[in-house]
Amino acid sequence: MTYEETIRQKVIEVLVDEFELDQELLQPEATLYDDLGLDSLDAVDMVVALEKAFGMKMNDEEKIRAVKTVDDLIRLIVSIGEQHAN
Amino acid sequence: MPVNRVVITGRGAVSPFGLGVASLSEAVWNNSSGVKIIEEWRSVQGLHSFLAAPVPPFNAKERLPRTIRRTMGPMSIYATLAAQEAVADAEMSGDFLQSGAVGVVVGSTTGSPQTYEEFYRGFLPENNIEEVKSGVFFKIMGHSCSANICHALGINGEQWAPASACTSSSQALGLGYLLVRSGRQDALLCGGADEVHYTVSMVFDVVKAASRSNEMPESTPRPFDEKRDGVVCGGGSGVLVLERLDSARARGAKIYAEVIGFGNVNDSKHIANPHKQSMSRAIQNALNEAGLKAQDIDYVNAHATGTMLGDTAESLAIESVLGRGIPVSSLKGHFGHTLGAAGALETIVVLEMLDRQNLVPTLNLDKPDPKCADLHYVQAVSKHPLRTVIKNNFALGGVNTALVLRRWTDDI
Repeated sequence: MTYEETIRQKVIEVLVDEFELDQELLQPEATLYDDLGLDSLDAVDMVVALEKAFGMKMNDEEKIRAVKTVDDLIRLIVSIGEQHAN
Repeated sequence: MPVNRVVITGRGAVSPFGLGVASLSEAVWNNSSGVKIIEEWRSVQGLHSFLAAPVPPFNAKERLPRTIRRTMGPMSIYATLAAQEAVADAEMSGDFLQSGAVGVVVGSTTGSPQTYEEFYRGFLPENNIEEVKSGVFFKIMGHSCSANICHALGINGEQWAPASACTSSSQALGLGYLLVRSGRQDALLCGGADEVHYTVSMVFDVVKAASRSNEMPESTPRPFDEKRDGVVCGGGSGVLVLERLDSARARGAKIYAEVIGFGNVNDSKHIANPHKQSMSRAIQNALNEAGLKAQDIDYVNAHATGTMLGDTAESLAIESVLGRGIPVSSLKGHFGHTLGAAGALETIVVLEMLDRQNLVPTLNLDKPDPKCADLHYVQAVSKHPLRTVIKNNFALGGVNTALVLRRWTDDI
């Protein structure tokens, strides 16, 4: 499993667990707000849950706000992970 | 301003006997006790009472969607389930419920103590809020139960949340009665909720008013008994639909009883000690509002929690207004003191008593305390003609309430 696949799997696990979602809904192009039904309160909890799961901080609010889809979210986590690694 | 007659058209309960009015009634009529020993409380230093009447575990995920549940502590979940049952029992249509003519008056002692504990356990060690979830505030705010009910059921009328500890739901019923009576709303979901937590029982333990009969959970509390040794706290929620008589008739709703008087006073003497004259005043005010005399009252459902001072004072207050020999019982022996839920849960049982024409006894009352007044302390389920009854509830802080209920018959 590649690094990105590992991240993808863990992000999906967090979203399924935190928001009690059916895993089949979590397609790469699924939008967090419209397709998954999340809202502004959920966005706060999503960041808390992901920070805890990955042991890192998501401090760039502009980049968080730019996340629209599951794939956007996974790419953001991957990039934060790479920054940490560097 | 018009003065409307106010009737009860729906009932919902979450109690130490589980979900639903039926399980509550069945347990009470079977003389069951909901009191248990809570073993993990033995680790709390300085706590002497390890007893409670908690709501039995159930899976809230199966009953409420996450988007509704995420802002609810246990008490708000209880209140919402009770509200849903009350609405179904009243057979209110969705259109009526969401018309603005229906509101919510549901109180509690505080917001969720379990959530308070979780928050401070996470926050205090490092003075850090980084892992605080967005739902925390909505679980601990004072109007958590009523706001969450409105959100869950789409109710957009008046929303109130009386917070007065053990009189939260009796005040909710009283306030609902006044709001419907005045014509501000056609119907209101009225009641209260609370959850079992050691920080709640601690309140009574600190002032030596919590039962320490830890080895005999089903024998305590013992309201009016000479061997009573204090309160056992319970959890749950009771919700009643109070409705304008004309509205209930127009809907063809089943009517359980009419609310005809409400007394609500503060004793202004002592923040904790019961005050006989003030209790009497609450009962007398309710009676006056109902336009009734002492001899019109067939039964009193007492607040009596099983404390030495409280039960004695209440018995003397009842005697002073209603005279000797009136039938009296307390439901605290069955399901403890459910605090903010007490007034509503106990009223639900009283409605059942009116329907069955049954007196329900005080569980664990073996020998009435000679220091208590000379009343008819009901000690067994028995047939008795019941038309007009009083429901007492009192609270720390000096609050004393009394509600007068009249059995509904179509010729009234």
